[in-house]
Amino acid sequence: MSKETKKKVDCITMESTQAMIDAAMEIYPDKAKKKRAPHLAPNAGEGACVKSNRKTVPGIMSARGCAYAGAKGVVWGPIRDMVHVSHGPVGCGWYSWGTRRNLVTGVNGVSQFAMQFTSDFQEKDIVYGGDKKLRTLLEEAHELFPLAKGISVLSECPVGLIGDDINSVAKTASKDLDIPVIPCNCEGFRGVSQSLGHHISNDTIRDHIIGTREFREPASPYDIALIGDYNIGGDVWSVKPLLEEIGLNVKAVWTGDGELEKIAATHTVKLNLIHCYRSMNYMCRVMEEKYGIPWVEFNFFGPTKIRESLRKIAEYFDDYIKERVEAVIAKYDPIMQAVIDEYRPRLEGKTVMLYVGGLRPRHTVNAYADLGMTVVGSGYEFAHGDDYERTSPEMPEATVIYDDASEHELEQFVNELRPDLVGSGIKEKYLFQKMGIPFRQMHSWDYSGPYHAYNGFPIFARDIDMAVNSPTWKLVNAPF
Amino acid sequence: MRQIAIYGKGGIGKSTTTQNTVAGLASIGKKVMIVGCDPKADSTRLILHAKAQSTVMDLVRELGTVEDLELEDVMKVGYGDVKCVESGGPEPGVGCAGRGVITAINFLEENGAYTPDLDFVFYDVLGDVVCGGFAMPIREGKAEEIYIVCSGEMMAMYAANNIAKGILKYASSGKVRLAGLICNARKTDKEYELIDALAKKLGTQMIHFVPRDNQVQRAELRRMTVIEYSPEHPQANEYRTLAQKIADNKMLVVPTPLEMEELEDLLMEFGIMEAEDESIVGVAEAAAV
Repeated sequence: MSKETKKKVDCITMESTQAMIDAAMEIYPDKAKKKRAPHLAPNAGEGACVKSNRKTVPGIMSARGCAYAGAKGVVWGPIRDMVHVSHGPVGCGWYSWGTRRNLVTGVNGVSQFAMQFTSDFQEKDIVYGGDKKLRTLLEEAHELFPLAKGISVLSECPVGLIGDDINSVAKTASKDLDIPVIPCNCEGFRGVSQSLGHHISNDTIRDHIIGTREFREPASPYDIALIGDYNIGGDVWSVKPLLEEIGLNVKAVWTGDGELEKIAATHTVKLNLIHCYRSMNYMCRVMEEKYGIPWVEFNFFGPTKIRESLRKIAEYFDDYIKERVEAVIAKYDPIMQAVIDEYRPRLEGKTVMLYVGGLRPRHTVNAYADLGMTVVGSGYEFAHGDDYERTSPEMPEATVIYDDASEHELEQFVNELRPDLVGSGIKEKYLFQKMGIPFRQMHSWDYSGPYHAYNGFPIFARDIDMAVNSPTWKLVNAPF
Repeated sequence: MRQIAIYGKGGIGKSTTTQNTVAGLASIGKKVMIVGCDPKADSTRLILHAKAQSTVMDLVRELGTVEDLELEDVMKVGYGDVKCVESGGPEPGVGCAGRGVITAINFLEENGAYTPDLDFVFYDVLGDVVCGGFAMPIREGKAEEIYIVCSGEMMAMYAANNIAKGILKYASSGKVRLAGLICNARKTDKEYELIDALAKKLGTQMIHFVPRDNQVQRAELRRMTVIEYSPEHPQANEYRTLAQKIADNKMLVVPTPLEMEELEDLLMEFGIMEAEDESIVGVAEAAAV
């Protein structure tokens, strides 16, 4: 959407949003108020209007994860043909097992290893160190699952506290077992959120993986890699066929339903398409600097953005691709229009508030717009300034932007704005459902999906309609 | 039951002094338990005549979990019916020795090692209180009496003052108190006077001046305390005297640690340290005129 047609929302002004923020912060002690104030602001239209990537204020309820979560849950976990070891006590691995809905193909134990591997630290491992146990684990994992292409070792907090040298264990095991064993020092206490875990994981890919393999097939000018798509609810399976339909060869996916050896050979592609900028821009930059591979951000949520993104991607290629792109757009436009015609009448004028992770708070804004809905508040758990810079132009003027929002702040804002839908995570879900407001878990697509690309949009539209227009929530009355 | 922790600079003779003193207490009929809180596990060898006792953490490693451990597996009885336990821990450079101390002491508490018939429990702690684990013996509900072993050497006195700072921290929130300095003499100049003066400045006492005597080493070679090896030797009397003084000691204080300058003034007063010449600090030999 261009600047001239900048969206506005009735009754929302810079003043009204600021007043709402001030009211929400009234309850805070002065110190907390001072710290939180710069993280909440009305959308000024350009630039990052809020402060971000700072330590959470103690005492408020934050939805953030940790560096380990960023490494295990986001970057490493989705690679399907590797064994991912949670090195430390059992809980971190157990409670992060399969919770993110990064779907995989293959046969469990043969071509994918979506299992829970942990070194299950006991007192003795803390006192004597867990390095020998890790070595045994690596040998056993390799013996039990000889088809696994590699093993990642993801450090939990105690490993960093006692100074276990996982790097040297990984190095010798890698040599002895003759498979890549990647040590990732992603202890949960590092950094302010899961964001550092993404960065650390990108660095380990840079140091241990990229450039270590070559693709078997000869290179073609249409070789690309899909970066930062974790196949939540099957998104990759919707995006990859579309990219192939416009004539591109998707050589590797980072890392949704990903394969280690393809990721390792990505240094030979012609273009990197990046979906989740926050978690993988680091490696895109590395590949650009080291191998000269350009990268481009794209957004496949909703037909408007798909159309825009396909044409943007086509700019990097020859007329052959450009023609295919136009043909594909022409093919899907009427199908998408039919979806809009079905759902838009029921959703027109409805409002949404979002509070999610790395890119959805900005990427999905226009998908709602395609359905006639307006996003009246948006924010991220762990974004940085460059994410907020990308968010401002997407959001209507003066709407509230929140960074690392507390439950109290969200409750106040939702209560004030009374949107027709809240899209956030499991930690927020019940609060808003108890307020009688329709809710969708937008980290995991709420047991649904894919929402991405042309195949995803009809499902997205159906789910949103189902949530917003369900009669259930009108029957919810607080008993107090 | 009185619980006592012995701290002091590494190598000052904590384990030797502790075991000889405990032997002294045993010889006057007291029931004592020693808990070694050092991964080197050398706090009980003179009492047990053993090279090294099997430690709590060794057995935990062998059996897999602390829950499978029995008290009698780790508690040995030695000279004078002294009960001996070693926490144990990793070799230097791996794992977390401090957690080993915490695990071991929790185990002893949960499994009833602290029986009411005990008169004394002694914790012999690693020289440097590098983390919370080594402060475990002086946490709430454990040792309330602390003796610092020191000598007239400058670094030993620095260490004693630093330990007093640590005690002050715990004393302000709990019942832990400084009970005295034990001077394990190194035959430095004016050692008695110096440690006596330091003790007074810290608000405590030099509870005993243990003279240097090679009889201690001769006994150690036989893995024995002096009291057991040569009960008639004058050095055995020194430890018995120290034991009696500890048994009678009522002087438990919140220490008043010295500022660095105060401590240096004290050292200068006794001629241990010369006044600092700031003009030579950081000047290489070649650059000095």
